[in-house]
Amino acid sequence: MVVIAASFFHVRPLRGQGPLDQVRKTELENLVRQDCGSCHGMTMKGGLGRSLLPERLREADRDGLAAIILDGIPGTPMPPWRGLLTEAEAAWIAGRLQEGLAK
Amino acid sequence: MKRRAFLGGVAGLACGTAAAAAKKASACEGVEAALSGTGDLGLIVERADGSILVVNTSRPQVVSKVENLGDLSHASAVFSRDQRFAYLFGRDGGLSKVDLVSARIETRVIQAGNSIGGAISDDGTIIAVANYEPGGVRLFDAETLAPLTEIAAEYAPGVRSKTVGIADVPGRRFVFSLYDAGEIWIADCANPSKPAVQRLKNIGRLPYDGLVTPSGRHYFAGLFGEDGLAHVDLWAPEPEARKILVGYGKGEEKLPVYKMPHLRGWAQAGDRLLLPAIGRHEVLVADSRTLDEAGRIQVHGQPVFIVARPDGRHAWVIFAHPRNDTVQVIDTVALRVIHEMRPGPAVLHMEFTPRGHQVWISVRDADRVDVYDTQTFAKVAELPARKPSGIFFTARAQRIGM
Ligand code: HEC
Repeated sequence: MVVIAASFFHVRPLRGQGPLDQVRKTELENLVRQDCGSCHGMTMKGGLGRSLLPERLREADRDGLAAIILDGIPGTPMPPWRGLLTEAEAAWIAGRLQEGLAK
Repeated sequence: MKRRAFLGGVAGLACGTAAAAAKKASACEGVEAALSGTGDLGLIVERADGSILVVNTSRPQVVSKVENLGDLSHASAVFSRDQRFAYLFGRDGGLSKVDLVSARIETRVIQAGNSIGGAISDDGTIIAVANYEPGGVRLFDAETLAPLTEIAAEYAPGVRSKTVGIADVPGRRFVFSLYDAGEIWIADCANPSKPAVQRLKNIGRLPYDGLVTPSGRHYFAGLFGEDGLAHVDLWAPEPEARKILVGYGKGEEKLPVYKMPHLRGWAQAGDRLLLPAIGRHEVLVADSRTLDEAGRIQVHGQPVFIVARPDGRHAWVIFAHPRNDTVQVIDTVALRVIHEMRPGPAVLHMEFTPRGHQVWISVRDADRVDVYDTQTFAKVAELPARKPSGIFFTARAQRIGM
């Protein structure tokens, strides 16, 4: 279950599982702000966890970010969200972080 | 900031009285509210809006609202000794001094890039803020919020640590932990422009929060990087850190932690301490003299707050996402759960009235604060609030380590 950090970029490409509906997107947006926000700051500017603002993440590999979200970073407080989020949802969140959440 | 229309009539009266007594017109100007005590006031943080609601816990009701306080995610508050002013610590490094009576922001400074919380010295003259960015603790004059000095958490040349778990202890001192360095620092601020800092090293990996017992004697830091907590006896002639409850989770797989526990609203009941286990659905029980493990209580989820009712007879527990719709009550003598309720989505914080007859609970995603009777567990009031998080009552002003 635990994936070591070095393997993030070797995991198989994440594939969507059908489009997310608007209701779920709103829930996810709330989750990112509130629950990711408890460690990363509600505006994603960083807290115990690093900043997740577009200027830091824009250039990052989206699948890599989605993999971090799903599997966490062992040895740090970044938890794995697999089980609470599907791969498609993690990929969507990664994309939203790269673009920047709406104000 | 804003005039409160509903206070208008009474305010005039109070103002007249004050003016007559003081025999000068200016005594009138700041007086908008009816003459009232502040011992039963408090505040609710509306984290998404950057506002607070000033509340009265005797009625219970919302008295006024103060806006424009910045990013209040993870905000906390301490109070002046006269219980009139709240000092609010925002995530965005904002430090605001709010007059609860007039519902005005007295002073507000952006003192850092990213901060986690703060404390007020035992004599009420120094505000200390623990910052993530730049890592360290900054001290301010409680009257004016003028900066006094900074204790940079530089644990290696040029490298600073995020600071967490700051607490006031007697003797104008503050204790805090260095998340990245695994250290606990004790800062004696008798001379606030030149604090004397004692460094305790190798306390354990990734301390994420800390607390001090109501006597100011024991400081604990929770460790994320290992099973156990760091403990410092501040009454020792040479304080040192030692690990307690070591290996409480040995051989068992940890669950993912979706929210860091908070130690501050901590629980001491007679000769027992109740502390959150990291990554488990358990409350750890320690003997408060030996600090050895004295049991575990299985609970609904991973505890985020375990708060003793002020008399210590019960402890109320709330949990991390995604099991955060539930509250459980523990009997601290029998050491078992005796009551459970489900206030609603995203229960974030609890605060007891000073002697514990009621408890206020914020239910973030229901945009509501619920008030419960702690004897019958019946709900006695619901107050609307937008995305409420922390609740803080002015009685904290009179307690060590709050
Ligand atoms: C319990 C605290 C916590 C929560 C909740 C949390 N994170 Fe993290 N996260 C961290 C920490 C700490 C790090 C940095 C780990 C390190 O030191 O390398 C991190 C790192 C990350 C990174 C890597 C950033 C980089 O620059 O490498 C991403 C992406 C991330 N988190 C996304 C999320 C998302 C999305 C959520 C919510 C679904 C979330 N996190 C919730 C603590 C948390």
